[in-house]
Amino acid sequence: MALLEVADLRVTFPTPDGPVQAVRGVSFQVDRGRTLGIVGESGSGKSVSTQTLMGLTQGARVSGSAKFEGRELIGMPEPELRKLRGAQISMIFQDPLSSLHPLYTVGWQIVEAIRLHEPATTKAQARKRAIEQLGLVGIPQPDRRVDDYPHQFSGGMRQRVMIAMALALNPKLIIADEPTTALDATVQAQILDLMIRLQQEFDTALIMITHDLGVIAGMADEVLVMYAGKPVEHAERREIYYAPHHPYTVGLLESVPSVSGAKDRLRPVPGAPPSLLTPPTGCGFHPRCRYAMPRCPVEEPPLIRGSACWLPRDIVGTGPEAARRRSEAAGR
Amino acid sequence: MWRFVIRRALFGLLVLWLVATTVFLLFFAGPADSVARRLAGPRAPQEVVNQIRDTLGLDRPLTQQYLGFLNKLLHGDLGTSFISQTPVSTLIMASLPATLWLVAGAAALWLTAGVTGGVICATAPRSLRDRLITVTVLAGISLPTFVLGIFMIFLALSVFPWLGLAPGPYIPPLEDIRGFFQVMIMPWITLAVVQAAVYVRLTRGSMLDTLGEDYIRTARAKGAPEHRVTYRHGLRAALTPVVTQFGVDIGALLGGVVVTESVFGLQGLGQLMIRSVRDGDLPVIIGAAVLAAAFIVVANILVDIAYSFLDPRVRLT
Ligand SMILES: Nc1ncnc2c1ncn2[C@@H]1O[C@H](COP(=O)(O)OP(=O)(O)OP(=O)(O)O)[C@@H](O)[C@H]1O
Ligand code: SF4
Ligand SMILES: [Mg+2]
Repeated sequence: MALLEVADLRVTFPTPDGPVQAVRGVSFQVDRGRTLGIVGESGSGKSVSTQTLMGLTQGARVSGSAKFEGRELIGMPEPELRKLRGAQISMIFQDPLSSLHPLYTVGWQIVEAIRLHEPATTKAQARKRAIEQLGLVGIPQPDRRVDDYPHQFSGGMRQRVMIAMALALNPKLIIADEPTTALDATVQAQILDLMIRLQQEFDTALIMITHDLGVIAGMADEVLVMYAGKPVEHAERREIYYAPHHPYTVGLLESVPSVSGAKDRLRPVPGAPPSLLTPPTGCGFHPRCRYAMPRCPVEEPPLIRGSACWLPRDIVGTGPEAARRRSEAAGR
Repeated sequence: MWRFVIRRALFGLLVLWLVATTVFLLFFAGPADSVARRLAGPRAPQEVVNQIRDTLGLDRPLTQQYLGFLNKLLHGDLGTSFISQTPVSTLIMASLPATLWLVAGAAALWLTAGVTGGVICATAPRSLRDRLITVTVLAGISLPTFVLGIFMIFLALSVFPWLGLAPGPYIPPLEDIRGFFQVMIMPWITLAVVQAAVYVRLTRGSMLDTLGEDYIRTARAKGAPEHRVTYRHGLRAALTPVVTQFGVDIGALLGGVVVTESVFGLQGLGQLMIRSVRDGDLPVIIGAAVLAAAFIVVANILVDIAYSFLDPRVRLT
């Protein structure tokens, strides 16, 4: 039994325009010490699927199963779920400036996280631990910075504070939702290094959400690629990076900024994400797919051997040669 | 911090000085006789005009008059009423408690009701209770104060006479605490209803904005229970604009609550102002105006200081 086992998770938001089907059947597992990367463009349902696990998507209709240490999270009563949130499962969010409360010191916020789950801990003890945590994530002079407000830190330091807070109770699972998107490239690398180090040190399970496959290239054990609320490719890291099958994954890989930085960023996947009010029929990607075949808008490809695409399974990889073989298979 | 407070205080003094100077120039610039006539009013007999000119020394040079005016102002001497011949400061001190108590009591009511209502709405937007409160608030905002006041007097006299509520002049609480409440309760409610409606809207909007913030999600993700998320995290941040508005409102109202005071015959500053305008009693008008300006200026300084306590991001040096 894996630490977290998600099976056929579906999340729908009732809105005045009709139900928004944000997540349409996602399954994955994560274990201690392992890292799962979840990748996809904006609106593909990455945040919703993970926040649903923690009961943070209020007003949503949820079905499917999510077992944490064998206990079902979906439909778990709020007070029980609350005991897990922040203690066993922690989250780190994209923008540390807006995710930290602007009116409380970082120390106050870490102390709160500790004392919410350990009411017996005194404020002084919790403060001592907060200072240790800040030191652990590499904040200089933690005993002084503990009384500073979030706006007094730089972007990278703020994200370190978020990490310190998320790790304060030694959680078994950390969900990091685009933790480096708001940071510039060098700081991004430092934060990722820190997260890898801490994950190995504490043997935590980690879910890394990103829209940039480059970010998790060095750390994910396996990768789940999401498109319009569905998993389209799900495989070990090597396979995703060296032998991707799904045209969307290929498109994402080709849009990864090269080492020299974002300046000569390759073309993003052409086209816009579909509406989740009326998702496309058949393969959700067909309106944007260069290789769409007659059956694609009609029949939905199942997720077989890691990829949900009608193209032959042996055509994998990026580059012109793979593109030529795909076009051929699609009859173009 | 203290440098900021001192700077704001000095700035406030400057504004007050400008107000006083403007008032002075408005009334005293010009030839002595026409100033005296203006002060006395068009229907006053010539002797009165002459008397005013002599007692106020209107034929002195303007700068000398100005210095005298400022000097008196600094000593709290606001002149003497033409009508009652009592010092203006005495008249003001007599009317001030009614207004102070009116504003203080109503403020406690409207702040409590407004913030509570706003939080109730914002924690369940578009729910039945939100809609009910929103409709009530709209009614409250569009209800003219004097209509509400008269309706309350009608209720008090014909439906609940045994409560002993009555309109009437202000009764000091130390003199007769029961009478004080019987006189004040209706004006408190009347003034508070409209204000509470405004504060429900203000709090609701501010709270809705705040509850959509990322740090609210963080609080939930930490495992904070919902009431803690609402109050410690949400309301704490949503309160800043409410406090600002509160300070501004208090400052403006302390200068006199004209309609409410008049409906209930409370005889506070608002009524003093109305009466002196009607009688053309200029020294009283000037005194009341300068005092009202002072309240507004002081309230604004206090708001700024409160603001820097409430929000570390604007904490200034
Ligand atoms: N509370 C909500 N009500 C209605 N629709 C919602 C709600 N929350 C999310 N959605 C919709 O669900 C879809 C998936 O959103 P989600 O935030 O999971 O995307 P994402 O993959 O995390 O994208 P991003 O990279 O922008 O964070 C979006 O189309 C969004 O508009
Ligand atoms: S199933 Fe068809 S449309 Fe969908 S990705 Fe594969 S080729 Fe493209
Ligand atoms: Mg997201």
